[in-house]
Amino acid sequence: MALHPGDELEPLKVTPDKYLTVRYAGASGDFNPIHIDADFAAQVGLPGNILHGLYSMAQVARAQTDAAGGPEALRRLSVQFRGMGLPEHELTVTGTVREVQDGVAVVEATCEQNGKKIIRKAEVELRVDV
Amino acid sequence: MAINTDVIGKTYPATTYAVGREKIREYARAVGETRPLYLDPDAAREAGYDDVVAPPMFAVVYGLPAVAVALFDPEVGADFSRLVHGGQEFVWGPLVVAGDEITTTVTVSDISERAGNGFFVFESVSANQRGETVCTGLWSNIVRAE
Repeated sequence: MALHPGDELEPLKVTPDKYLTVRYAGASGDFNPIHIDADFAAQVGLPGNILHGLYSMAQVARAQTDAAGGPEALRRLSVQFRGMGLPEHELTVTGTVREVQDGVAVVEATCEQNGKKIIRKAEVELRVDV
Repeated sequence: MAINTDVIGKTYPATTYAVGREKIREYARAVGETRPLYLDPDAAREAGYDDVVAPPMFAVVYGLPAVAVALFDPEVGADFSRLVHGGQEFVWGPLVVAGDEITTTVTVSDISERAGNGFFVFESVSANQRGETVCTGLWSNIVRAE
């Protein structure tokens, strides 16, 4: 699929359900209690179970492989986690192609929830020669 | 907080993860992936792979057990109860397929302190049974100031 500088990726929207963090914990092996135990999360000052950052990152990755036509294209993804994602609130991943050079598209992506960026300035490299 | 920078550069014994078809499917479903390449062995074979393909972020599944060893190393001294994930980078090589055996080696990349917060960065290098590097990861964790 052709990507050009300035192109906006199709936004990806997903609302993780109440038990998503439990399924993601089992699937990924990350059982940190801040994600699966609301009492524990409250004790350490969180608003409730929070989403795994790596789950939100997986949504950023999914938006890229959807845009590029498959997982073969995803060469690099780098994110900084900012703020907390919560279950039962919609996540929106957006991205803009910054440059295309030597068969690699550089995309800058974000993941937002309730108007707050929980992943800001994700850097992506996609192979566009596949 | 007290940090131990002597441990920077420490490398842990490699660990091997056997990639299973149902684990890939479980992971794909949990993150909302619906691409048949990840779920349907016939579709994957049609696309030229021996079995279902792991979504790139499956790197967490085969990488995390190796990174956890470093994170819980008493010499590293990260207070797990105050730990948050600060950042993550992955660079991918050839795709991982069910049946692969992925060997991961983890190194303590950096430990530093700023404003009372501890920063712990680990590097993982994962290779398949043919010796091809399928993923390198940089896992940045922050232990929040008390």
